[in-house]
Amino acid sequence: MDPLSTLWETFFDADAMREALPEMLTVGLPNTLILAVSAALLGTVFGLLLAVAGISRSRWLRWPARVYTDVFRGLPAAATILLIGVGLAPLGMRVWGPDPYPLGILALSLIAAAYIGEIFRSGIQSVEATQLEGARALGFSWADAMRLVIIPQGIRRVLPAWVNQLIALIKDSSLVYFLGLVASQRELFRIGQDYAATTGNESALLLAGLFYLALTVPLTHVVNAIDRRLRHGRPATAPDDEDEDVALSGVTDGSTEGDRR
Amino acid sequence: MTTLATTTSVSLEARDVHLAFGPNRVLRGVDLTVPRGATACVIGPSGSGKSTLLRTLNRLIEPDRGDVLLDGRSVLRDDPDALRQRVGMVFQQFNLFPHLSVLRNITLALRRLRKLGEDEAVAVARAHLELVGIAGRADSRPAQLSGGQQQRVAIARALALRPEVMLFDEATSALDPELVKGVLGVMADLSAAGMTMVVVTHEMGFARHVADTVAFMDRGVVLEAGPPERIFEGAEHPRLRRFLAQVL
Repeated sequence: MDPLSTLWETFFDADAMREALPEMLTVGLPNTLILAVSAALLGTVFGLLLAVAGISRSRWLRWPARVYTDVFRGLPAAATILLIGVGLAPLGMRVWGPDPYPLGILALSLIAAAYIGEIFRSGIQSVEATQLEGARALGFSWADAMRLVIIPQGIRRVLPAWVNQLIALIKDSSLVYFLGLVASQRELFRIGQDYAATTGNESALLLAGLFYLALTVPLTHVVNAIDRRLRHGRPATAPDDEDEDVALSGVTDGSTEGDRR
Repeated sequence: MTTLATTTSVSLEARDVHLAFGPNRVLRGVDLTVPRGATACVIGPSGSGKSTLLRTLNRLIEPDRGDVLLDGRSVLRDDPDALRQRVGMVFQQFNLFPHLSVLRNITLALRRLRKLGEDEAVAVARAHLELVGIAGRADSRPAQLSGGQQQRVAIARALALRPEVMLFDEATSALDPELVKGVLGVMADLSAAGMTMVVVTHEMGFARHVADTVAFMDRGVVLEAGPPERIFEGAEHPRLRRFLAQVL
């Protein structure tokens, strides 16, 4: 057999893919989603808290946030997952039994939070100080001004970077296999790997890869669409953008003469 | 304008207000008295402390020394957030919230601070947009409006909270020349309607025709204050005369 068709069969064996597909769909995909979505939610909430602590005026909030971020950003993901998944396993055993998912999700969240916290912090700090002043002048407390005015703007500015992190998280979810999964707990990568190991053919692993792409590529586009929507408001007002002069002269009823761009 | 804006305006007084940023003494004993319903314009060269003075009046910056009185009562011990709900402020750069529609810019504080219901907040917001002549742009984002329209939204946003005093910090300085008139017109209406106002401005025409009092600030003090005729026609202090010669 020539090398090219060997290569083809190694990666694109339709039968091998077909064999792995049902389990990928019914077991792998749901499990990957459970891991990634839970860790994304927890990691985003925790990351937001870290970001706020990181810009706090109190050093007792700032420094722990700083140290946390350095540590969890600096460790290899696999090391963190093993440290937490294995290290806390005796504790987890007592609370929820031998299921490795809670600790796996915790570890993934803690890693994601370190990155997401930095992303959010940079976004929040990029909001002009005049916005805070404007909100405070209306009578909002510092906390309300942050919550209602500064943080929403800051986060919008870094949505694409946040999505980068979610993509990394979806891929990193494969690392929980370090913690030892029973058959029904296996996620996409593990199932692909198992098929590859038993058959000596990598096609199932490639199929797993396609699943990851099917998750990550649309995510980017969805968020870009949301990003555009947030920047420009609802589509209903979009014509204002293109046709400002007409819109202005048409809509502004009582405006003073000359007050037109 | 009359019915909506000014039923509750009060007098405002700054007494011997001092403020230093490190070694930089920005305010060195400022006195300013604005009777109920009056308009005071604060003029002076850049760096004289005008904008800083304005910010001590609603305690966006806490003065080091001195007193600020609303309706004859010191407000320095009040809850600053509650104080700022009584004192409206309009900024040079508008400071509208770009992520919210024009309408939401106004309803945010009405709902969260005044605790109005959604329908009532929207009604109040629309009434105030009407007041400043931009009712048609309620659903636009601030960035889709001209600078003059944005500033009028900012004025509507402050007025919607029914302030007892309004502060204007160079409200027209960032506007293209042709947009200045519309904003000054709204401010003049508000003044005529009896709102107590402190207006930091470089618009000498506005100071001359709208103000009841003009205060000239230089190097952190009010050097001279009085009715506009006296300031513009009979200035005593040489520094004020020099300043007027440059700007008029």
